[in-house]
Amino acid sequence: MENLTDDIQFKNRTEVIVVGGGPAGVACAITLARAGKEVVLIERGSFSGAKNMFGGAIYTDATREIFPDFEENAPIERRNVKHDYVVLNNEDSTTISYRNKPAECVSYTVMRGKFDRWAVEEAKKAGVIVIEETVVEDLIIDYGQVTGVKTEVEDYYADIVVLADGVNSLLAKKAGLRENLSGHDVALSVKEVIKLDSRTINDRFNLKDDEGSISTIFGGAMCGMLGLGFMYTNKDSISIGLGITLSDLAKSGLKPYEILDKVKTHPTIAPLIKDGETVEYSAHLIPEGGYKKIPTLYAAGVMVTGDAAMFVNNLHWEGTNLAMISGKLAGETAILALGKKDFSEHCLKIYQEKLEKSFIMKDLYTYRNLMDELSKRKDSFLNYYLIKVNAFFAMFTSANGKPKRELFRKYIKHFITDRSFTEIFKDIWCVIKLLWSILIK
Amino acid sequence: MKNKTLEEKLYTLKFKPDIYSHLKANQEFCKNCESKVCTTICPANVYDWLDAEQKLVINYENCLECGACRIACPHSAIEWRYPKGTCGVTFKKS
Repeated sequence: MENLTDDIQFKNRTEVIVVGGGPAGVACAITLARAGKEVVLIERGSFSGAKNMFGGAIYTDATREIFPDFEENAPIERRNVKHDYVVLNNEDSTTISYRNKPAECVSYTVMRGKFDRWAVEEAKKAGVIVIEETVVEDLIIDYGQVTGVKTEVEDYYADIVVLADGVNSLLAKKAGLRENLSGHDVALSVKEVIKLDSRTINDRFNLKDDEGSISTIFGGAMCGMLGLGFMYTNKDSISIGLGITLSDLAKSGLKPYEILDKVKTHPTIAPLIKDGETVEYSAHLIPEGGYKKIPTLYAAGVMVTGDAAMFVNNLHWEGTNLAMISGKLAGETAILALGKKDFSEHCLKIYQEKLEKSFIMKDLYTYRNLMDELSKRKDSFLNYYLIKVNAFFAMFTSANGKPKRELFRKYIKHFITDRSFTEIFKDIWCVIKLLWSILIK
Repeated sequence: MKNKTLEEKLYTLKFKPDIYSHLKANQEFCKNCESKVCTTICPANVYDWLDAEQKLVINYENCLECGACRIACPHSAIEWRYPKGTCGVTFKKS
């Protein structure tokens, strides 16, 4: 019997196992394979991307670090050149739109079903062994050290296991690396992909050729909840969706897809998707706990990357870039550890150090108080002031025979009297505190 | 554009249901649960509360595997796991 166990341990043994074939997992696996290490990547979907959903955009700099030629080879939808910030009121709206300099390209829209699938094929070419349609159910832990994974079918052993198993990361929980998630730590996102021909999209969004546009949507049907809407242009479809903090959504008693339906019928949004047909509906959780909810990132024989590690910068809509770079840094750490044959917690601490030197931890630290503060003042910043923004422009653009001075004074009077001084003071204090923590300390 | 019903939205997706449910609820908690938040928060309306029978019906075949119910349930009464590797939902354009 002992011999049989040894046999399996020998047959199913590799240097590194990566759990999850999303951006973090693939970046980690490909980094290792390029350095000549033996890597097995285990994905639960029938292909990489099958279970994945995002807004979404991939970011040029981070993606180039993993796939230097991706702009020529990867299945890309559009090159984003325009970012709109749309503040919805019941019927009216205010939009601020920024268009990049023509030579700049910060991000591209992709479909995860195509992009993740392409990325994992690149990993295979680099030598990664990919096992698809397999759920990792548990970790194998020997004397406090992670030494492998249990799947539905077989056990696999490795010197290091990298968890890139996404926002729900049941494995990080099982390994004791993190607490249970709460409704404040995640947002529920629902999205529809709406088919329209590319010429119509270009006309409606003021784009040409393969240019793309990103919209961030505030207020409207999401008013007063800690949540935002988004819209991304693909080649011949538009992705429209929203993300609302789970605890707020639970309290509202509203159904997420009905809120999205309402956003879609707003007079500012409806003409953009008119006559389009929903060709895919999807839902996913977004990690929103930020810096304070980052789990323990490493232990003997294991590291945690991507969404599983809460690596999302929600204010800037960044996720895939943090995932890719964290995966790469975990890969680099594993290469060092394999070189030293040291898989102890002490050695894998290098991963944490690398993260702290990178933009990932720095940015998450910068915004460490954002969600807490915003959550406390959401009725101000995601409701009251949004309404006031639209009221200002309604006043400023009016031509109704009333003298302007009267209109200005009335607006200012309402701005001050619609809200108690205590509330206004609390809002100002919140902004000062936030700016201090973002910019200074 | 006319909004699709949830059924029509779910119809845009490929599902390969398992023969067993990957979701289970401890129904003792459900009976006394005031919010029954799983019945509103689920993006695929997987959970239905049958008042007459005092029973939570779980239409796991439509599950989008997001995990919202697991976290939102105030009693942590939902036993949630991923469907088997060959089963569940497939997104292609998301």
